[in-house]
Amino acid sequence: MTEWIDVGLITDIPVQGSRVIAGPAGDIAVFRTANGSVFALRDRCPHKGGPLSEGMVHGNAVTCPLHNWVISLETGQAQGADQGCAGKIPVRIEGERILLAASALHRYAA
Amino acid sequence: MPRKLVVVGNGMAAGRALDELLSRVPDAYSVTVFGAEPRVNYNRIMLSPVLSGEKTYEDILIHDDAWYASNRIDLRCGVAINHIDREAKQVVGADGSVTDYDALLLATGSSPFILPVPGANLPGVVSFRDLDDVEAMLASTRKGGRAVVIGGGLLGLEAAAGLAVQGMDVTVVHLTPTLMERQLDPSAGYLLQRAMEQRGVTIRCGANTQAILGDARVSGVRLDDGEELPADLVVMAIGIRPNAGLARAAGLQVNRGVLVGDDMRTSDPDIFAVGECVEHGGVCYGLVAPLYDMAKVAAARLGGDATARFSGALTATRLKVTGVDLFSAGDFDDGGDRQEVVLRDVARGVYKRVVLKEDRVVGVVLYGDTADGSWFFDLLRRGADVSQMRDTLIHGQSFAVGAPMDPVAAVAALPDDVEICGCNGVCKGKIVQTITGEGLTSLADVRAHTKASASCGACTGLVEKLMALTLGTAFAPATVEPMCGCTDLGHDEARRLIRAGALKSIPAVMQELGWKTSGGCARCRPALNYYLLCDWPEEYEDDARSRYVNERVHANIQKDGTYSVVPRMWGGLTNPRELRAIADVAERYDIPTVKVTGGQRIDLLGVRKEDLPAVWADLNRAGMVSGHAYAKGLRTVKTCVGSDWCRFGTQDSTGLGVRIEKFMWGSWTPAKVKMGVSGCPRNCAEATCKDVGVICVDSGFEIHFAGAAGLHIKGTQLLTRTATEVECIEVIAALTQLYREQGRYLERMYKWADRVGVDAIRAAVVDDAGRRTSLFERFVVSQRKAQVDPWAERAGGRDAHEFTPMANLKLLEAAE
Ligand code: SRM
Ligand SMILES: Cc1cc2nc3c(=O)[nH]c(=O)nc-3n(C[C@H](O)[C@H](O)[C@H](O)COP(=O)(O)OP(=O)(O)OC[C@H]3O[C@@H](n4cnc5c(N)ncnc54)[C@H](O)[C@@H]3O)c2cc1C
Ligand code: SF4
Ligand code: FES
Repeated sequence: MTEWIDVGLITDIPVQGSRVIAGPAGDIAVFRTANGSVFALRDRCPHKGGPLSEGMVHGNAVTCPLHNWVISLETGQAQGADQGCAGKIPVRIEGERILLAASALHRYAA
Repeated sequence: MPRKLVVVGNGMAAGRALDELLSRVPDAYSVTVFGAEPRVNYNRIMLSPVLSGEKTYEDILIHDDAWYASNRIDLRCGVAINHIDREAKQVVGADGSVTDYDALLLATGSSPFILPVPGANLPGVVSFRDLDDVEAMLASTRKGGRAVVIGGGLLGLEAAAGLAVQGMDVTVVHLTPTLMERQLDPSAGYLLQRAMEQRGVTIRCGANTQAILGDARVSGVRLDDGEELPADLVVMAIGIRPNAGLARAAGLQVNRGVLVGDDMRTSDPDIFAVGECVEHGGVCYGLVAPLYDMAKVAAARLGGDATARFSGALTATRLKVTGVDLFSAGDFDDGGDRQEVVLRDVARGVYKRVVLKEDRVVGVVLYGDTADGSWFFDLLRRGADVSQMRDTLIHGQSFAVGAPMDPVAAVAALPDDVEICGCNGVCKGKIVQTITGEGLTSLADVRAHTKASASCGACTGLVEKLMALTLGTAFAPATVEPMCGCTDLGHDEARRLIRAGALKSIPAVMQELGWKTSGGCARCRPALNYYLLCDWPEEYEDDARSRYVNERVHANIQKDGTYSVVPRMWGGLTNPRELRAIADVAERYDIPTVKVTGGQRIDLLGVRKEDLPAVWADLNRAGMVSGHAYAKGLRTVKTCVGSDWCRFGTQDSTGLGVRIEKFMWGSWTPAKVKMGVSGCPRNCAEATCKDVGVICVDSGFEIHFAGAAGLHIKGTQLLTRTATEVECIEVIAALTQLYREQGRYLERMYKWADRVGVDAIRAAVVDDAGRRTSLFERFVVSQRKAQVDPWAERAGGRDAHEFTPMANLKLLEAAE
């Protein structure tokens, strides 16, 4: 059975923004899109490790602040011609609260 | 020996008549043209976009000096004809000149009607007819203030929208209870009123002007209910009257206008008349399409064609206010034998009204969606029987002919004789034939060969669709490069529409300008955020989510996700206290690298994000603020030691650099701006490879600009010289403001200068003192909100969420 960990309120994250969660195996970026969806990815760009939490969120994607790769929030995959994946962490919303799948937090060791 | 043709008046009708004549009989006449205006031939219709700043005078020229020279036409600009001697066949000019003619063409146009109320001739009361009027209006807009436009017709609304875009507080005074009461019913008039109000124009319907107030200059308008509206500028746009005085004095038959027959001859067979000065069949026209027809007939007759006839014309009009679509044609008189069909879609802001008489369209008004204008106008002109499609008529062409069509298919379905360009009377068949026959591939070619879309430009979209249809994939529209994949608009267009539509938020821009994505992307959002910030400095709230990370957290991100912190050192000066504070901060927060930058200041590299607010608080305490090393804004002002110490220094270059930096820090610009001030031409501050550089000399200050030394090495160009520091700072601020207003996002100053031209920039910020002052003032206004230290704000708690994790789960593993 999946164990879910409460990491905070949706409203802790700015709309079209992101917050960082310090995880046991590195930082996690949690995103909130303009239409209210919440996604979580490992906070490391598949290109050269840029912090995706610092990128600009548009639609269901984020543009990495270091070299402008565009990463899908739904899959973690780089878009367009670029190749690579930032690990995706399953998210569950209960009311106003955000829960992340505990198992996934450990999976991506640095 | 060619015959002598004299043309009186050099407006739109005269210009077209000459075109037509030259294309028929280039050598039959030796031509002399007298124009009362002191300039060549230009497109009067486009004065509205010149007023709103969307076009310049150069953009709207029709015939320049070279054209007259190469066609051997003797043009006498600024010379009015005062007298015609029909016996001697001579005209007498205001300059005393006497010129013989064999044939005379009158094209004197019309004059704006001026309300006969007290004060109507005060300075500051203008009409809207020629370039002088537009220049007078633009001169007023530079001072800001209030304008009252009297008359809410097409011309008045175009004037009001233009003045509002230029920053004036505008009120339109209109006599009847709703706008365009003849064409629009009251609720549609309200739609138009609301659209104007959204552009910042106040509309006062049912208001009658009783007097214009003021002593030496206009100060207001009094309405007949006693209310007084303050005004620094009053524009009269209540109608026009044909200029027929010259003809009347010469004994020609004149009614309201100069009477002409179908051959465009006046009562004297050697004298022709065309344009708004003419009355034909009881009608005086006020739009270019019929005037162009007249010009064609007159030219044909002058060229010996005895069959050409003008038999009157139906006209259609469009309002040229960017973002407001209004099309109207035909006749709207009520009458028992008329029926009307109205469609109203409040949510989309669409209104359509078709007036029918005996199953034929006699009038049509489209508001909000004018795509079917040509189609309806064609039905109207042909007098087509529409009884078969009566039920769906109002929904337009795609409905009437079957399934909804894509726009190109809709154009394909139009009959060949449908008129595409109303101004020039060019039909679809003619355009298609010319494209194929002449092998045309660009819009400019089609304009040159057919004149379609060359006057008011409203049909440009249709012409482009016809080109796409005819040429298929070979047609590459002369597109501007779009800002990004979210829109087809280029940066300049988007910016123009933001100003014209008074759009004041990113969602409003995306909604009104039809963004194709729901929330933009990392390319367009920062650009829009900048444009809005620059255009509405006092109202717009910066959108942090549309800022690149460095500008959001006010430090430079490094490759390992840490940040660098660069405090300002004004003009490169520092002192022991600042140095001590920097040393303390570096030790206290384990900052690994302290480096002197290429910009004469100190960089602290490798700061952890969560430490940033504390680092800033410590630096603030020692009096230091953000150096904006991360900003598309003012970066550094490098200086040399100057006259305080250096044996060659001519002026206090360090002091001037500090003053410039203190005045200009915090301003956002399209791309970064770096400056330098050197105390003598040895140029130790490297001022001549900066965006703006000052070289001090004995007599004052040389201001250079448009340099760079990054990806491209560009030496600066000399902008001007000033005698005093005060003037020097004014010029630099005005230059920066012009760049802020015209530069495309991420376009460095030297690229902007390459694009718009150094001369144009110099003309604006050096030669035109009024423009410089207003640019300077706008810069000052925007600095009021910009000069807040972003570090102090964040050290004080703002945006705390940026600097702390939302949750810490590091110990999770241990706990499990
Ligand atoms: C720190 C500094 C290097 C140094 O250690 O000396 C520096 C560092 C960076 N420069 Fe620079 N430039 C620095 C002086 C310069 C200079 C010299 C100058 O200003 O006199 C130039 C050439 C002059 C010019 O700009 O024309 C310069 C031309 C560039 C360019 C090329 C710009 C161009 O339009 O061609 C970039 C790239 C860009 O801006 O897109 C750039 C970009 C950068 C960035 C911001 C790269 C980035 O995007 O992360 C570096 C940030 C490092 C950081 O975190 O602080 N830097 N850079 C200098 C900071 C000056 C300051 O005090 O603010
Ligand atoms: C702001 C504005 C917007 C407009 N928008 C549109 C539009 O969208 N669509 C449209 O169809 N129409 C529009 N019009 C109307 C259109 O511009 C006129 O119908 C057209 O210019 C009339 O042409 P014309 O040659 O008869 O007169 P003009 O263009 O006025 O030319 C007459 C010229 O003769 C000169 N002149 C007069 N008397 C003498 C003399 N005695 N000796 C020498 N010179 C003399 C005048 O100085 C003037 O330059 C607009 C007009 C204005 C002012
Ligand atoms: S030259 Fe500028 S951008 Fe390049 S590595 Fe050095 S600091 Fe970075
Ligand atoms: S590290 Fe993300 S794009 Fe290079």
